[in-house]
This record gives sequence, structure tokens and C-alpha cells, in this order.
Amino acid sequence: MNRIFQSVFAMLIALAAQSSQAALRVVACEPEWGALVQELAGDKASVYTATNALQDPHHVQARPSLIASVRNADLVACTGAELEIGWLPILLRQSGNPAIQPGKPGYFEAAEFVRKLEVPGKLDRADGDVHPGGNPHIQTDPRNISLVAAALSARLASIDPANAGTYRARYDDFKARWQAAILRWEKQAAPLRGVSIVAHHKAYAYLENWLGLVEVGTLEPKPGVEPSSAHLSELLASLQRQPAKMIVRSAYEEERASQWLSERAKIPAVVIPFTVGGSAQAKDLFSTFDDTVVQLLRGLK
Amino acid sequence: MFKYHPLAAALLAAAILPAPAMAADSDLQQLRTEIEQLRAGYAAQMNALEARLKKAEEATAAAQASAAQARETAQQAAAAPAAAPQAATPAASAGAFNPGVSLILSGQYGNLSKDPQKYRIANFAKGGEAGPVSRGFGLSESELGLSANIDHLFYGQANFSISPDNEVAAEEAFVQTTALPAGFTIKSGRFFSGIGYLNEQHSHTWDFVDAPLAYQAFLGNQFSQDGVQLRWLAPTSTYLELGSELGKGNRFPGTDSSRNGAGARAVFAHVGGDVGLSNSWRAGVSWLRMQPQNRSADDIDLNGASVSNSFTGSSRLLVGDFIWKWAPNGNGERTNLKLQGEYFRRHESGSLIYDTAATASAGDYRSAQSGWYVQSVYQFMPAWRVGARYDRLDSGRVDYGSNSASLGATSFSPNKRSLMIDWSPSEFSRLRLQFARDKSVDEVADRQIVLQYQMSLGAHGAHSY
Repeated sequence: MNRIFQSVFAMLIALAAQSSQAALRVVACEPEWGALVQELAGDKASVYTATNALQDPHHVQARPSLIASVRNADLVACTGAELEIGWLPILLRQSGNPAIQPGKPGYFEAAEFVRKLEVPGKLDRADGDVHPGGNPHIQTDPRNISLVAAALSARLASIDPANAGTYRARYDDFKARWQAAILRWEKQAAPLRGVSIVAHHKAYAYLENWLGLVEVGTLEPKPGVEPSSAHLSELLASLQRQPAKMIVRSAYEEERASQWLSERAKIPAVVIPFTVGGSAQAKDLFSTFDDTVVQLLRGLK
Repeated sequence: MFKYHPLAAALLAAAILPAPAMAADSDLQQLRTEIEQLRAGYAAQMNALEARLKKAEEATAAAQASAAQARETAQQAAAAPAAAPQAATPAASAGAFNPGVSLILSGQYGNLSKDPQKYRIANFAKGGEAGPVSRGFGLSESELGLSANIDHLFYGQANFSISPDNEVAAEEAFVQTTALPAGFTIKSGRFFSGIGYLNEQHSHTWDFVDAPLAYQAFLGNQFSQDGVQLRWLAPTSTYLELGSELGKGNRFPGTDSSRNGAGARAVFAHVGGDVGLSNSWRAGVSWLRMQPQNRSADDIDLNGASVSNSFTGSSRLLVGDFIWKWAPNGNGERTNLKLQGEYFRRHESGSLIYDTAATASAGDYRSAQSGWYVQSVYQFMPAWRVGARYDRLDSGRVDYGSNSASLGATSFSPNKRSLMIDWSPSEFSRLRLQFARDKSVDEVADRQIVLQYQMSLGAHGAHSY
């Protein structure tokens, strides 16, 4: 009996030791932040990504598996700006994890660190599902990723000071590669300046700001409201007066509306990955922007 | 965007205005320099940010302080290029800390073949708010919700419901810990008990107009506790949650009492997980023990006379629940499917006073009764869903002891079939049409047609699984 007790005790000690040595556990609300943590932390962190590129980050079920993952997290990295308001508060409240509650170092909102666009002057749900803090889809501008990376790297170091050196080194390396990549993308995307597009959802404010695209309409009549045939007809008519070069939608959005408009307005419908995993090519942050630029340029032809 | 952005404005002008080639060339040159400037600006920002970051890291050993400063500098750096004025800090006003306010507005039109005033469920004592909607036009419960973090330790929430006959009730009013370690959460106040699946959810999130018969018969529609709840979430990758409640137990199936101790004890366990990308599930088992004293209920005796009986003793309820959700790739925007079911089994033992108004004869009482429902809701296209539900109660064994001469249960099993279709033009509004064939007594079925609206205003609520 005593020996059994001793061996169980030894096992528990071993388990505890193992868990204290284990990597920083990070839950990323969206794939882009999961990919960024991977860039910045490498094997120092184990990343659980709560959503994938084929899911609408506005509408996610607060599934038991997500609650369990947040329960064990040292850091929760999300977009913020109320993008996850329909599900994240439930996960946080039901997790029983004090380390990742808002206000704690374990809770990271990327949108805090960038200048938000489309901050509404008035709030009225008649205008659709508007976000009071501004447009939350900040990840479509790689310069925002730079800003978030700096803040996220510092946050990783503050939560896990033992590995601060590693985070610093990895950040320096990432930053150098990222800056070079931004120059490359901007050069490639130069022909997109001033190009008019129709967007499925108001999700590309930052992308448009970066590349100089001009949005002349959206398939959704209001943010978060399904495209209706009445609205699409109006949009088609307005495109006669103010033509667009292409229709852009994200991987998770339904193709029917953009297909309908594409056939009638005789302009191509383009799918961009929107986040990591949104296309076969978009395997990490770099290839996600590579593919985004390629797809948009393809729409020009 | 281009209202404030000189570059965009220039681009737009360049794109629209038919300019001579020479002018276009110089425009292009200007554009190039502007782009270069912009790029240099961003690079400078990043460098400045990093320099400050590094300084922060060196200067302070306290890791947290460095993070805070980094955040501050990052915010400053990010805000720097803004040509557009932007309120970086929330407006300082007395209202800034107001809790999130939400209001649920709901109403319906009901067409029922039987008078809902005379509604009863054969062989089951009716309690709480059980029963169908009223006939004709009517208001459902309007619900006002307030919620916010109280401080760094507590979260608070209150939901006040206003009934169609203008009674205001605190449906929920609780505080909940947010800072307990090791996966523990304590809730205190009035709250919907964690037993079962549907019980914890507010009625406006239900998929049908009314609660299943089993909820009406065993929990008086929905069971709320005045008490304390302790929950523990296991540190496993599979979701495992254990919970326990102590409550006053003053609501059906319990009664008000003057005791010091707890009149209601509950324990529950939930497990859940994902199967692939498209499926998720949760299953649970719960147990509730109540000690009603002089719980009166209307019944019909063997002579067919309406009587009022009173029960004192112990009521023990076992609930098993299961829910399965499917959405292709976890994206339920276009189509999704929900399958859920719950099983209830109740044992009651104690004494029953038959016909409290006249005879008032006391006798032993023992019963073992059960019930279940299964329902499925399918979203076949965006905004549109159809659903079906089947409810059934098993009258089981009821032993009236010495009152057996006056009272007796039949073998009839109350059941109900419901069909619904609903349309949700946005997350905040829903219209629903429901048809039901309610055979809760051994007579001709009650045919119920209900057209209902449910709308929510204000704070964007988060929905639990």
C-alpha cells in the first residue's frame, strides 16, 4: 500500500515538473495570431487556434473544446475591437482561468495596438452589425502585423521572462524578414493602386488603405446582413455608373452572391485567403500575403 | 478614408482626371515620393517603437511594467500617422462605466383549440409557470438584462423579466468570481440551475416557443436557485466540468420553508468535445434533491372531482442531457444542424394530504416517474431554420398509500409533437411559427398554432453553447 502511494506520489511530482517545463500555452482566437505567435515563440509556445480560415470569426459557437483550451491557457491572443464579442466572453467566463481575464497580461487584444479605421460616428443597429471600436479586420494590412508583433513579443517576454532572450531574437529575425516582404508586396501590388473593387463584407478597410484599393460597394447590404437579391440588383445598377475591376471575398464567405454579380457585371470574382489557411497557398503569414497579392493581381487581368 | 488621406486623394484625382501626359508623369513622380515617404514613416515608427521597447526592457526588471509601457508606446506609434483625428481614450464621463444593457422584446399570437386556462398534464402535478401560451394576441416575457465586471474579482449580472400581466421578477441576479485559481468558479445569488441542458439558457434562446413537457412537469418550466454554485473545470483537453449547488429550494418542485439549511442540493457533470472540424457535442448528467413542505397541486380524483392536494417529503430528480451540433467546417453561416435530447427521472416519497379543502386525509405517497424529449433544428439556408420536437412523459408508478381509494394514476403517457420554422434576418431579430399537437391529457389533442417574434436590443450578448 505504502509503495503504491509512493509511486503515485512520484508520478504526480513528475507530472507537475513536466507541466512546469512545458511550453507556454497560447490560445489564438484567429489563425493569423496563432501564426504570429508561432513566428515569435517557435517551440517555446504550443498554440491552439480557436477558429479556422473557413469560419466567420464573428460567429463561432462557444464549444466545450474551446472552453477547455482556454482553461489551460497562459495567454489568449485575439483581435479584440468586439470581433469576438459573440463568443469570447463566454469562453473567458466559463474557463475558471484567472490568468487570461481582460486586464491581465494573459489577455492580449491585437486591435489595441493599431490605429483603427471606420470608427463609426454614430452607433445604430439599423446600420448593421457595426463595431463601436472601428473595423476589427486589422490583419489585412501587413504593417498592422508589424505593430502587433512588437507588442505581442513584449507580452510573451513579460509572461515568460525565462525565454525573453529567445522572443527578442525571434522578433528581430521576423521583423527583418517581414519588412523585406512588405517592400516586395508593395512593389508587386503597385498596379492595384486606385483600382475599384466590390467587397463581400466590409472586411478590407486596412487592405484597401495599404494597397490603395477603392471600395465602391459591398455585397452585404449592411455589415453582417446576408446579401439580398434586391441589394445586388441595386449594386449592379450602380456599377454601371461607377465600375469596379473585381469582386473580392474571403475564403469563408459564400460564393453565390459574388458569382451572381460577376456574371452580370462581367468582372472577375476574386477569393483572398483573408487569414492563414484560407487557401492552399496560405500556409503562414508570409504566404498568406503572397497569395493575397497574387489573387488580387489576377483579378486585374 | 480618402477624405483625410492626401495620398489616396491624389491617387483618386490621378485616376479620374484626364490629364496631359506631362502632368501625369510629374504626378507619378510625386506619387512615388509620397509612397517612399509613407514607407519611411512606417519604418521610422517601427524603429522608434523598438528603441523604446528595448529601453523599457532594460530599464525595468518588472516584466509587467515593461509590457504596459510597450503597449503605451505601441499605441502612440500607431496613432502617430493618423491624419484623421481619433479619440484614443474613451470619453471620461459618468456613464463610461455603465453596465451592458440588453432588452428582449417578445410577443406572440396564439391559436389554441383548448383553453390554456384549464391546461393540465395528466398524472403530473403542475407547478411553476408551466403551460402553453395564451390565446389570441399577447406579450411574452420582456426581459431587461444588465451585466458588467464588478471589479478585478467579480462579474455581476441581473435579468429582470416583466410578465404580460405587469409583474416584474428578478429572473436572475447573481455575482460570479473571475479570479479563483485552478478552474474554480463560484456563483451566488439567483441563477438558473446548471442541471440539464436547456435549464441554464434564457427562454429567448430556446429553439421552440415553449419548454418541453418534461421541463414543465418536473421543473415548472425552468428551475432557478437562490443560493450558491461551485463549478470546477478539469485541466484536461477534453471538456470536463463538475458543479454543485446549494439553494433555498423555494421554487417548484420545492416550496418555501423557514428552515436554515439548504432546501435544494444539486450536482452535475458535463463532458464535451469536437469530432473533426464539423461536429461538436456535450453530454451531461445532473441530480437535484428538493424537500418540499406542503406543496399544493390541483388534481382530479377518481370520482372526477377537482381537488387540491398537498405533498411533504423528498423529491429527487435525475437528468441526462445530450447535444450534438454539426456545421460544415465549423461554419454554420449557411447550414447547420442541432440534435438534442434530455431524459428526466423523478422519485418522490413522503406524505400526501388528499383534498386539503374538505377531506384532508393524510397518507403515504411514493412515485417514480420519467419523461424525455428529443429535438432537432436544421438551418437549410442563411437565416431560415426548421425544427421538430417530440416530448413524452411516462406516468410510471404512483402509490397513494391509504389515499388509494380516492386517488390513482392512469397509465396514460402525455406526449406532444411540435414543428417550427423561424427566420432571423439578423442576429438580433427572429420570427417564428410553431405548430404543436399537445396530448398532455387523455382526450382530444390540443392543436396549437403560435406566431412569435423575439428581438434583442442593446448590448451584444454572447451565447453559450
